[in-house]
Amino acid sequence: MTGSVVEARIRAAKQERAGALVGYLPIGYPDLATSIEAAITLTRHGVDVLELGLPYSDPVMDGPAIQAATTKALGNGFRLRHAFEAVREITRASPDVPVLCMTYYNPVLSYGVERFAADLRAAGGAGLITPDLVPDEAGEWLAASDAEGLDRVFLAAPTSSEQRIRRATELSRGFTYVVSTMGITGARSDVDSAARTLVERLRDVTDEPLAVGLGISTGQQVAEVLGYADGAIVGSRLVSALGEGLDALADAADGLAEGTRRR
Amino acid sequence: MTDTLAPSPSGTGPYFGAYGGRWVPEPLVAALDELSAAWDELRVDPGFRDELAALHRDYTGRPSPLTEVPRFAQHAGGARVFLKREDLNHTGSHKINNVLGQALLTRKIGKKRVIAETGAGQHGVATATAAALFGLDCTIYMGEVDTDRQALNVARMRLLGAEVVPVTSGSRTLKDAINEAMRDWVTNVATTTYIFGTAAGPHPFPAMVRDLQRIIGDEARAQMLERTGALPDAVLACVGGGSNAIGIFTAFLDDPGVALWGLEAGGDGADTPRTAATISVGRPGVLHGARSYVLQDEDGQTVESHSVSAGLDYPGVGPEHAFLADSGRATYRAVTDAAAMDALRLLSRTEGIIPAIESAHALAGALEVGRELGPDATLLINLSGRGDKDTTTVARWFDLVDRGAVQE
Ligand SMILES: Cc1ncc(COP(=O)(O)O)c(C=O)c1O
Repeated sequence: MTGSVVEARIRAAKQERAGALVGYLPIGYPDLATSIEAAITLTRHGVDVLELGLPYSDPVMDGPAIQAATTKALGNGFRLRHAFEAVREITRASPDVPVLCMTYYNPVLSYGVERFAADLRAAGGAGLITPDLVPDEAGEWLAASDAEGLDRVFLAAPTSSEQRIRRATELSRGFTYVVSTMGITGARSDVDSAARTLVERLRDVTDEPLAVGLGISTGQQVAEVLGYADGAIVGSRLVSALGEGLDALADAADGLAEGTRRR
Repeated sequence: MTDTLAPSPSGTGPYFGAYGGRWVPEPLVAALDELSAAWDELRVDPGFRDELAALHRDYTGRPSPLTEVPRFAQHAGGARVFLKREDLNHTGSHKINNVLGQALLTRKIGKKRVIAETGAGQHGVATATAAALFGLDCTIYMGEVDTDRQALNVARMRLLGAEVVPVTSGSRTLKDAINEAMRDWVTNVATTTYIFGTAAGPHPFPAMVRDLQRIIGDEARAQMLERTGALPDAVLACVGGGSNAIGIFTAFLDDPGVALWGLEAGGDGADTPRTAATISVGRPGVLHGARSYVLQDEDGQTVESHSVSAGLDYPGVGPEHAFLADSGRATYRAVTDAAAMDALRLLSRTEGIIPAIESAHALAGALEVGRELGPDATLLINLSGRGDKDTTTVARWFDLVDRGAVQE
């Protein structure tokens, strides 16, 4: 399947540089307006693809930094409709950077899967990353994302069987999310060697782009990961930087983007 | 002897009608597959069944007695009322039935560490107990609100050698303890089994916990037939995640003359925001790995539940209950904090049995259902646990101690 702007953007980054930087920030943190400004800042400081997190009450895949931020966003009145508003404003300001939303599944289910897909598409969103939706349960989302031409990013983990890896890559569109380590989001001093092994396993079954996430927090780690993968996903580091302000965020993004230039 | 691991009419999962399944991060799928495969093997393995039966008999003290409570029954419209005495189990509740099975399973798959969530602390105590018995490392996650209101159980768990981690995220109750336990599991899955405490969560937990708890109903059904020569007209149990309820319901699912009642925690009232009556006022969604009823707002954010009972203070419910509710086979009703506490005191004064606040919800439901059915009816209530752990809460509620004697 072609036509994914996310895929095109990652392939272009891999051609021109070492690969793509995928930057995560939660919508609504510290408040809606600042989170929109922060996302636009990332697009101007070397981030190739945006991953916007929808704050959720029970984020089981997230570590302390992202939990604290999304809890704050919810406390400050984040509502689901703000996600569509944010995507619309960010894609208008930075039309060249595709925006994926990262969301736990219940808000989508509650909103109505078809309606969610249609509204995301209308807002200019590229698709969804679904951390707690495995392909086995994804029937409704597969149909809705096909109907709207949206990307869908499933996860592959070090513990995933060959069959599950194959299925995750077949059904993913945009890229497949390679879970670098067994764990949750948060900065780590070492990106697990499991990531490299898993990427090798995935390369055996797919030519689609592969982006590695969990634990990446420095430009050096971005460069390392892009030595074998097509994209590096960074979350907690950016969220922590945003906690210090937009300038700190821009500096952090520049430092991470440094890692995409070495090859 | 009843066949304690007989197949249930509701099947082996992963789905119960539109509910159940596995709505989990991919890294956990392999661990759930491992548990499913091990459980499919063990539940028909004669060696495992013998070992579990011996533990039930020699360690837990099963079969638990069936007690008729005529003085309490006078307040229930004159119906005959029987209690299935899970409160008399070792560690004080039905939770031990499930834990012993999952601890044996942990040994079978060769892992050395167990983790668990707990609300009232009963599942945590049971898990810490089994960990001590089998020589496993044990970490228990408990919301900070609950470590405060069930302090006695925190001390018991630590005495048993478990590490208790107070959870400070979210509403700081059972749902957040589950989130934290899942994060631990995702990180340490190579060495660790998650002993889930209720018949909820991703497959295989709802079916496995049900299979391990159905001994309650299997025993009680035989005891009722022996004692009264007939099946009861109604079987009642409190519902948090739903393990004690599904445990007593399962044996009666194919008895159409037996009404099944699940009593949810109404908190201040199911028509108020301060409630935990998930089936009564929630709607279908996904929480903690299963599709079921969920207390949620219009954006699909989980709503914090409220109940005087820590063990029922949960905004989700097991998927088999969602299925039984939709199919009409079981009926779910909310009981307020006040009604439950009154029933707790009534049983204490009329029968000399102090129940857990959780179980008191079933007693309060029986007072209503008994009056509706009249004096010819026979009711069977699952008395899921004893009230020792709740003494501070009860003393405060009824002002039973001299001012200043109960510490804040
Ligand atoms: C005595 C007792 N009854 C009931 C419950 C509720 O759990 P479930 O609905 O799984 O039986 C608990 C939970 O802690 C409990 O301690």
